[in-house]
Amino acid sequence: MSFGVLIAALINLNGSGHYLHWGFVQISVANLVVILLMIAVFVLAILLPFPRRKGRDR
Amino acid sequence: MSLDITTERDASSSEESRQWTARVRNAAATAFPPDRLLPDRQPAYMASWIYVFGVLTVVSLAWVIITGCVLAVMGPSWWHVSGLGHFVNSLHLWSVEFFFFFMVIHLWGKFFMAAWRGNRKLTWATGVVSFVASIAAAFTGYLSQANFDSQWISTQAKDGINSTGAGAFWNVLNFGQMLMWHIVLLPIAVVIIAGLHVLMVRRRGIVPPFDIEPKDHGDTPSAAEPSE
Repeated sequence: MSFGVLIAALINLNGSGHYLHWGFVQISVANLVVILLMIAVFVLAILLPFPRRKGRDR
Repeated sequence: MSLDITTERDASSSEESRQWTARVRNAAATAFPPDRLLPDRQPAYMASWIYVFGVLTVVSLAWVIITGCVLAVMGPSWWHVSGLGHFVNSLHLWSVEFFFFFMVIHLWGKFFMAAWRGNRKLTWATGVVSFVASIAAAFTGYLSQANFDSQWISTQAKDGINSTGAGAFWNVLNFGQMLMWHIVLLPIAVVIIAGLHVLMVRRRGIVPPFDIEPKDHGDTPSAAEPSE
């Protein structure tokens, strides 16, 4: 199995997009996933400790 | 003899100070001394992942420009047909996706830090303008794909653009115009504004946390007390 086929098998992007409707709000699942990922990365960036060089106290 | 040399040097210095090249050079050297332009130490509070997203945005922009140059050299018959063309085309798309991903997180971080504090209003403003210019660059990119997707997007967008009045001179159905905006005008604008933004960051320093903000909202903590 080639690497390309393996990667392509993770998510099938061929086909029409999926949308969520909530009243007058409409958003594609793809956009919602990206927004949720950005929020997750933002929270992790604040919470996760930043690596420091050994021997540095500050 | 030495008097003559001194007088000559003074005259030369006086003449030099009247030249615009000398004035620009002196102003640039004053505003951006080498250790401030390319610092090797930063304040301790910068040791946080939230400070990483600005440079990630810049790196993504570099990839956008590099892959865009390759696409411009080879043309649509290459990026639509060949395997390598598909790959570089996808690199161009995904570097844009990461560019906006990192830029939005950078924006959130700076918003909640109130990064316009301490005489950094121009830094914030150039960031906002570069964000808006990037959106226009990305939009014209979607219009320049030379496929059914770009035709669909342009016909969907025309009514919205026309309703603003901009359609009188900025026609999203005009492929040549949109392509020129995408590969010439908007990249130049984004790179220049983003470059100014980075220079403003170097000039004013990284915004400090609220609890160690200088009382006078004045000079840059990064220049004043580097510790990391």
